[in-house]
This record gives sequence, structure tokens and C-alpha cells, in this order.
Amino acid sequence: MTDDIGAMTAKLAADPSSLVFLPLAEALRQRGQLDAALTVAARGTARYPEVAEAHALVARIRSDRGEGDAAFDAWTTALRLDADHAAAHKGLAFLAYRAADWRRSLMHLTRAAELSPGDASLAAAAERIRGIVAQEEPPVVPPVVVPEPPEGRPATEAGPMLLLDLKGRALTGRVSRPDGSEASDAVAAALAGISKEAERIARLLGLGEWRAIAMEGAPANYEVRAPTPETLLLVFRGREVPAGRLSRIADKAVLTARQWLEEVE
Amino acid sequence: MTREQTVLDDVSRIAGVRSALLVSAEDGIVVAESTLEGEETAAVAALAGNLARRLGGLTQALTHPDLNLVLLQATLGQLFIAFGGTGLLLVALTDPDVNIGQVRLGLFDAAGRLN
Repeated sequence: MTDDIGAMTAKLAADPSSLVFLPLAEALRQRGQLDAALTVAARGTARYPEVAEAHALVARIRSDRGEGDAAFDAWTTALRLDADHAAAHKGLAFLAYRAADWRRSLMHLTRAAELSPGDASLAAAAERIRGIVAQEEPPVVPPVVVPEPPEGRPATEAGPMLLLDLKGRALTGRVSRPDGSEASDAVAAALAGISKEAERIARLLGLGEWRAIAMEGAPANYEVRAPTPETLLLVFRGREVPAGRLSRIADKAVLTARQWLEEVE
Repeated sequence: MTREQTVLDDVSRIAGVRSALLVSAEDGIVVAESTLEGEETAAVAALAGNLARRLGGLTQALTHPDLNLVLLQATLGQLFIAFGGTGLLLVALTDPDVNIGQVRLGLFDAAGRLN
């Protein structure tokens, strides 16, 4: 395998546009060289953002690295490009299972089993989870709408956030101006093109996939995330909430937003 | 060596910083730069300027004051944009695992020295 890796590395060096990055990164992953595998796969993905298999490869590497959130992003991107990508459904089913989200796990496993009828293990796993789901009450999904903290109370976990689509339409949440007037529609419109812009910058500067835009202003810290490829999430808090803590609040908000989106779609 | 160059060189000496640029906020043109060999500074400047202008729409919609700092985080690198008070942007392109706090302070210190 070492010889293979050497040969593939040489081929990629000679022709950076070669699709040999796919087997090369996979071979590195199988050897446990996850950092190197990720570097190769991420560069390949940046060069071929429309190739579902490249994102699936990134997802497998991220999963091996224990980076569930990043793996989720990569699997959902693979699915966006190829709705019938069996491995992506299987990967998302695994992540949902690990998070004890049985219903979502079952949904993806069922689809993966349909797409891979020869894989009996998928059907068996789906059957096991179907049994768990049958014993459970329907889950209560917390809404992404979080009220702004009352005046005079320090902003902590609760605070302004807004989920929007890439066409500049607010989906849920609310943000307001200092005078109390509603700003959700105006903010959604202002942020509409930011996702594409961030994607473009990351691609042109060879930065891989963008993860977050963090901002500081005099009155607030802000963070923009993409819970799914089709949505953006804005979270902001007063400066008494440091940027690092806001980032963790945004992590949780992303998960809640994804659950909300799955529930309504 | 100009004052701008000295300030940018200090920023680029922070571990993980690949390029440090002084960019015109209005048109995204490089005013001064300190960079590792091979970095495409004109593209960095133009893209950073464009992102900074677009994100200005967020604070306008909220009637908040202008931003002080923007950080675009990506899997293979990070783009820092600090807003100077004189129509200039201080931009740093870094490795992904850079010390964010150190770069942030370095940019704010640089912006203060340039004002």
C-alpha cells in the first residue's frame, strides 16, 4: 500500500487536477494517517465541489477523527449533490444513532437499505432501531426560537438568533434593533449572499470549506453558521458574552436548527 | 522601511500567519503587504474588502455601529479582517490552527499604531 500511496502522491503532484486524490485520501485514511488524508481530501473537494464522493470521503475522515459535526456537514453536502448516495445515508444514520436520535437514524437507515438491497446488515439495523422507536413517545423538538433576555438580565444562552434561507427569507427566530423594532427581515436580506461569498472566498484562497464567520462590534459579538447548505444561522450576544463562548452557543444552536429543519421538512 | 511595513511585518511574525495586508476598505486594493512567498495578495485583498462591505449590511440592518473584526474560519485556513479607523482594513491570512486570540490582539495593536 505504501508503494501505491507513493505512486498516487506523485501522480497528484504532477497533475493537481487529477481525481487520484480520491483513492489517495482513502488509502491514507485506511492507514490511519488522518491529517494527511484530510488535507488531500479537502483540497480535492475545494477543486471539485460538485463531486459527491469527495464530500463523502471527507465525511469518513472527519468521522474517524471523531469530528461528528464536521462529518455531518460533509455527509449532508454529499446528499445535496446526490440524494441517492447510500454511504451518506448510512453515515448520517450512524451519527444520528450515536446522538440517540432514533427517528432520524431510522429514516436514513431505511433509505440506505433501499439503495443497497444486497446489504442485509442495513435492513437488520433498521429493524432494530424500528423496535426502539416503537417503544418511544414522539420526541419533543425544542423550537429554534429563543426569546431575547429581559432587559437588565445578562445575556447568556438565551438571546437573539435568526435562521434564514439563502434567498434572504427568515425561517425562524427573531432579531431586533436597539429601539426594539423588528429587524429579522432586514437582517435576512442582508445576509442572503454571505454563504456563497464565504464559499467563494474559501475556494479561491484555497481555504477548504468555510465553517463560521465570527464578528466583533462595539455592542456585540456575532457568529454566522450554515446549519445546512441551504440555510444560514445568525447568533449574536452583547460583548459580555465572549467570542469563544458565543461559538459554543452557536454550536448548540446549529444542532437545534438542524432538528427543527428536519421536523418541518 | 515605512511605518506600515514595520507594523505588517510584526503581524506576519505571529506563528501561523501567512500574509498580513493593509487594504483600502473602499476598493479592496493592497496598500502595503508582508507575505510569505507565493501568496496571492491581490486576490486576498479584493475578497476581504468585498466580504467586509457585505457584512456591513448586517450592522446597518440592526442599526449597530460598524464591526471591528471579521474572522472567516475554514478547514484549511482563516481570514482575519480588522477595521482600521482611516478607511483601511488590516487583513491576515493564517493557518487553520493559529492562535486566534494572538492574531486578534496583533491586528488591533497594529490598527492602533497605524491610526
